[in-house]
Amino acid sequence: MPWSWYRPRTCIARREARFGYLFISPWIIGFLLFVIGPLLASIWLSFTDYELFTPPVGIGFRNYQELLFKDPLYPLSLFNTVYYVIFAVPLGLIVSLLLALLVNQKVKGITVYRTIYYLPSVTSGVAISLLWLWLFNPQLGLINYILGKVGISGPGWLVEPKWAKPALIIMSLWGTGGAMVIFLAGLQGVPTHLYEASELDGANWWQKFRHVTLPMISPVILFNLIMGLIGSFQVFTQAFVMTQGGPSNATLFYVLYLFRNAFLLLRMGYAAAMAWILFLIVLVLTLFQLKFSSKWVYYETKLEGR
Amino acid sequence: MFRGGWVENLVKNLLLYIILTAVGLLFALPFLWTISTALKESAQIWQFPPRWIPNPFQWQNFPEALKIMNFLLHLKNTLIVVFTSLVGVLFSCTLVAYGFSRFRFGGRNLLFIVLLSTMMVPPQVTIIPIFIIFTKLQWVNTFKPLIVPAFFGYPFYIFLLRQFFMTIPYELDEATIIDGGDYFTIFWRIILPLSKPALATVSIFHFIGAWNDFFGPLVYLSENTKYTLAVALAAFRGVYWTYWHYLMAASVVVALPCLLLYFFAQRFFIQGITLTGMRG
Repeated sequence: MPWSWYRPRTCIARREARFGYLFISPWIIGFLLFVIGPLLASIWLSFTDYELFTPPVGIGFRNYQELLFKDPLYPLSLFNTVYYVIFAVPLGLIVSLLLALLVNQKVKGITVYRTIYYLPSVTSGVAISLLWLWLFNPQLGLINYILGKVGISGPGWLVEPKWAKPALIIMSLWGTGGAMVIFLAGLQGVPTHLYEASELDGANWWQKFRHVTLPMISPVILFNLIMGLIGSFQVFTQAFVMTQGGPSNATLFYVLYLFRNAFLLLRMGYAAAMAWILFLIVLVLTLFQLKFSSKWVYYETKLEGR
Repeated sequence: MFRGGWVENLVKNLLLYIILTAVGLLFALPFLWTISTALKESAQIWQFPPRWIPNPFQWQNFPEALKIMNFLLHLKNTLIVVFTSLVGVLFSCTLVAYGFSRFRFGGRNLLFIVLLSTMMVPPQVTIIPIFIIFTKLQWVNTFKPLIVPAFFGYPFYIFLLRQFFMTIPYELDEATIIDGGDYFTIFWRIILPLSKPALATVSIFHFIGAWNDFFGPLVYLSENTKYTLAVALAAFRGVYWTYWHYLMAASVVVALPCLLLYFFAQRFFIQGITLTGMRG
């Protein structure tokens, strides 16, 4: 510390550390109360039968057994979620990167376009759900009307089991403005001299994109990929507001099923088991991405000093 | 940059604007369609093919929809939750970020990594034990579960503020100490006043996040009179599910404050994203 010259070093250092802990103590307490405590409590709860108003009863692995072997809705909810994630995350990455490339052009009025593309990202999820519910209306909705104009008879979307998940995936692409802005910041951080150098070497736009842009923004791609995965596994509001998990459970997503078990059926132990499996899935996927990332993510500097 | 002639540049720019506008329409159409529906009278909604311009403009849809959904009550609930939790966020996150950015203590870097990784824990994973605790405390169906946790700091805002605090020169701290100030003086007189833009960024992010939050209020608030706007809007849909003009009018009003805030405070958004260091 810059002012450590005016007092004995060890004393001031100890004082500094004490104040450091003091200042971060709200988070430490919150971390214990709202993260670590509940995570550990969830493990214990997942081995009990607990309906909130009667004391919990230990039942060993029976919740997990029921989830994996007896409850047909659990694997279905997992399947629905994975289906959604597999399409929504990569498509979302591609769309948001394309949008970012588009709004990274230096032309007049570009901020207006940036603003418009980002608007859905600040809009209430419930309002967005209602809006798209109306757009997807099979008879009166705008989407099938426009499809009809070009000679396509649109599907029933949210009332047809086959089309309900694709509908929600399409809708998710409309909200990729958040990832777009992060990509945009990444693109603007690419040093221009790299482009100038590759132009001197006669590179065309694709070669510049492939060999300069992509490697330089690969950490941002990784960030958006991980955030997209975590976010998509939590898909809930759309299904809750628009379809209530229907039709024929086609949009019964993981968190929606967890919500039902926990807060409608009050099966706290069962839902805690679901929550823990979700945590493990997200954790493993994230660690896997981070490990695998050294193969394709390029860091200009080895981790910054701190 | 001047490889092609000016004609080529003109064509390129024109093409660019066409693409930008086409994509812009894709993003804007759902909004315009919502506004159009919100202004139609109910008979016109069932009209096919649909018309873009309502005839007549049914402005009273707005007051009617708001009255049916009991808008003012839910607005009050939302504002209470948003602003009291904002006080909590500003209080806790600035202190914690100050601790992480200005002090050396054992395990600091490890704790900071732990803080960052908690951002990746889905809230649904921890909500069941937290809900049980709040039930035992009889906090369910009050605003406390939505407010109290804010006083213990949110990792993303702590991270953001810490990044900003790191850019404030240490010489100012030094000068304060020489003038006889202590750590609190530095925090209050140096760090906070110089961090107004970052505080604004955090406040705006939190306002929008808390205003739009659905899962938390849905879990913790059980009575209609306690609902925030997000939950009230979903409940409104449950009852008036064929009254599209009302549903769209209510949606517009619920969405509007965040849209306006975003319009007028865009530079803080951009700063927030730049601060997280996601520049490649």
